[in-house]
Amino acid sequence: MLSCKQASQLLSQSLDRRLNWRERLALRFHLAICDVCTRFYAQLKQMRVAVRSLVQQAEQDESLKLSDQARERIARAMDSESV
Amino acid sequence: MASNATSHDWLNEHGDYLFRFAMARLRDATMAEDVVQETMLAAIQSKSFAGQSSQRTWLTGILKHKIIDLVRMQSRELVLEDVEEGLPNEPGLDDYFDEDDRHWNSPPQEWGSPDGELEQQQFLTVLQDCMAKLPKNLSRLFMLRDVLEEENENICKELKITTTNAWVMLYRARMGLRQCLELNWLGK
Repeated sequence: MLSCKQASQLLSQSLDRRLNWRERLALRFHLAICDVCTRFYAQLKQMRVAVRSLVQQAEQDESLKLSDQARERIARAMDSESV
Repeated sequence: MASNATSHDWLNEHGDYLFRFAMARLRDATMAEDVVQETMLAAIQSKSFAGQSSQRTWLTGILKHKIIDLVRMQSRELVLEDVEEGLPNEPGLDDYFDEDDRHWNSPPQEWGSPDGELEQQQFLTVLQDCMAKLPKNLSRLFMLRDVLEEENENICKELKITTTNAWVMLYRARMGLRQCLELNWLGK
């Protein structure tokens, strides 16, 4: 029987790799009787969706621009690179 | 090698877009400027743009690799700091569970899902603040992992850190974020 700590670690890893059947089975047993870890898992997934929204928002934020200094610096670097 | 005029067109036309793309993932203006510069330099050196994809798509592809390279370097530094030791401003992983690890010390509470656009936006703001509180390298790895997933199933391999270390680091990032969200979102 998994402890809650082990279950939470496996749940986190399930977002990063495919768990093997033994791990999946152990998790399924644990989640069947543990509301807290079930909730934890839902929150992990909710966080992932939210992080993606944050990135999308920043990508569409037209107020984010290269500063003039940075633009000049990059242009200079490009010139010296291509000579 | 691209002519000067062309490559400066790239900077003029796509510079801001590339900067936003990098800022969205790195959340640091200096680092974002650096990767945009490296992208432009790499683009100049490259002969591979054959007009099959749009210029922007091509440049964005280069930029993605530059971002991953940067985070990879930083993750190495993070590994050196010792993955098991824990970092400042972070509760030890042991603190999340009781002594024999069987149960949560403070069980995750029901959040309810953010209702409507305003609440959703508030949730995102809290999340952003919480990510800022995480050790920087940890939050970047976390972000990159969750954001590039669709584009790269095997980000751990891509980052060339041992997968075990990556799992431990990502676990820590998620535990810290989750706790911070719970404190600051539910507390509203």
